[in-house]
Amino acid sequence: MSSTTNPPAHHTSTIGAIGAPSRRNTELALLVFAVVIPVFAYANVGLAINDSVPPGLLSYGVGLGLLAGVGHLVVRKFAPYADPLMLPLATLLNGIGLVVIWRLDQSKRLQASSSFVEAAPRQLLYSAMGVALLVVVLIFLKDHRVLQRYTYISMAGALFLLILPLVPGLGANIYGAKIWIKIPGLGTLQPGEFAKIILAVFFAGYLMVKRDALALASRRFMGLYLPRGRDLGPILVVWVISILILVFETDLGTSLLFFGMFVIMLYVATERTSWIVFGLLMSAVGAVGVASFEPHIQTRVQAWLDPMREFELSRAGVQDGIVHSEQAMQALWAFGSGGTLGTGLGQGNSDLIGFAANSDFILATFGEELGLAGVMAILLLYGLIVERGVRTALAARDPFGKLLAIGLSGAFALQVFVVAGGVMGLIPLTGMTLPFVAYGGSSVIANWALIGILLRISDTARRPAPAPATSPDAEMTQVVRPGNSDPAGM
Amino acid sequence: MSELTLTVMRLGFLAVLWLFVIVAVQVIRSDLFGTRVTQRGARREAGRQQQAARQAPPQQRQQPAGGRRGRNAPTKLVVTEGTLTGTTVALQGQTITLGRAHDSTIVLDDDYASSRHARIYPDRDGQWIVEDLGSTNGTYLDRTRLTTPTPIALGAPIRIGKTVIELRK
Repeated sequence: MSSTTNPPAHHTSTIGAIGAPSRRNTELALLVFAVVIPVFAYANVGLAINDSVPPGLLSYGVGLGLLAGVGHLVVRKFAPYADPLMLPLATLLNGIGLVVIWRLDQSKRLQASSSFVEAAPRQLLYSAMGVALLVVVLIFLKDHRVLQRYTYISMAGALFLLILPLVPGLGANIYGAKIWIKIPGLGTLQPGEFAKIILAVFFAGYLMVKRDALALASRRFMGLYLPRGRDLGPILVVWVISILILVFETDLGTSLLFFGMFVIMLYVATERTSWIVFGLLMSAVGAVGVASFEPHIQTRVQAWLDPMREFELSRAGVQDGIVHSEQAMQALWAFGSGGTLGTGLGQGNSDLIGFAANSDFILATFGEELGLAGVMAILLLYGLIVERGVRTALAARDPFGKLLAIGLSGAFALQVFVVAGGVMGLIPLTGMTLPFVAYGGSSVIANWALIGILLRISDTARRPAPAPATSPDAEMTQVVRPGNSDPAGM
Repeated sequence: MSELTLTVMRLGFLAVLWLFVIVAVQVIRSDLFGTRVTQRGARREAGRQQQAARQAPPQQRQQPAGGRRGRNAPTKLVVTEGTLTGTTVALQGQTITLGRAHDSTIVLDDDYASSRHARIYPDRDGQWIVEDLGSTNGTYLDRTRLTTPTPIALGAPIRIGKTVIELRK
């Protein structure tokens, strides 16, 4: 707006400070809501399957309420200015996930399978452990900038965690992907889920130091800033590592997650679009290259391109050395039969997916029983968590916190994209878990820790700045006005 | 369980799920923080009413020190020169920071400004003081470069680079 056309009297914009209130009571109200919704869903499943309100309703509601309550009290005490939405959103997703896992436990088809175990009680235990880890993070991580000191230690730690599944005797090959380790007596653990957080710490610390070199030293070519050859080093190293993950652990999801997270953080740190172009090109080259010789990946790609053929091969029992699976097709049918509004909780047939119906494929159950409307709501809940993470990054005052928040929320978003895209047939399916919802201890625990770190960063970012101390100069130069301090008046 | 009950529960569940999403979005809307900027153009229509309101000074805004500050207390800070010309900040006893840092109250887009250039704050008597925060190019009150925190007279120009601000009633 040009200043000449307006009379100066009306030509004003006014700036006023808006303090960030702590919003803890908003969080509490939302948490109550977030506990009531899964309890409603739980009753709904019971009524649909057994014609009666499930006997565990009260204990389930109290259990979820306790988890939420403990989380809330700890946030109130240790991170009073933290974002009010993250905890309720995570609680709601975790609660709904528990209900759907319990609903699949009730399926007669799944109960008939030899590998059936009651998953819901375990998942409740894992959720409790996850909230416990959130509490630990909030109590012991007083300031997220402490993590910056461990930049290179976290790199080593993350690599160690990523290599663990390949150690003979420790790693477990479950249906083609080697991303688990066996802990005798305790079950399996997916170290990649924890590596995700630790790697974000490393990337944030590293990029904070190197961002200027990566952003400024570049030539302009066709509208893109091309980095110098030697500045390509870091992205090449991360690319090679993610390719190695793909080759040796045969897990496309983990590989994509780590490389994608690095590219996102590199872009945010340097503001150079060229990194995104490079990243996309490199991941395309890598994925196509590896898929050309790795049979496990080839199967996944085939199942993605033609799920119906895989379904028929699997039904016909073709034995050609490749595991044919009907799951991808079953998942698509589940989404299809759900329609817009779904069949209702407990009334679908998504248990036909069989193995992994409650972990990798859990979104298909949502698709069938809650329909498009429900899946959209779930995806929006994830979107809101990511949005709060990005908002935290915007509000954070220190570059390390900014990058860490972006990295964590970017990884979270990528993980949701990789799983949801895989189940819906948008990209080849990979064995990743939908955060908070899918059955799997490592995933739930690691994601609660991720939320804990985001809460800590947002607490620091939203905490009102302390009032500036009156400077000593001002004290000394004060004018003493005799009228103000009249001793006779006392 | 009857078909009807289950249908009602199914639609009811979707409704509460979406209600949660909507409530969450509302919380985000009410959760905006930082600085509130009223756009210049939007004020044009309401200009007359504002002027009328300005003539009767709002009592409730003059908070604790209102009694002592008397009639000559400034109520707003106005940018009179520079890219932000026309911007006002209501003086409500808070410290106003000036500089290029994005969390300043007034973010100066000025090549001669430092990231934390100066601050303006009330002392205990409600007198407004300007203090240079060790800026590179200095803060000027009238023609003199500031070396110590200095009380500001009404209408005295404070110059930072190409930006000039002053206190007004």
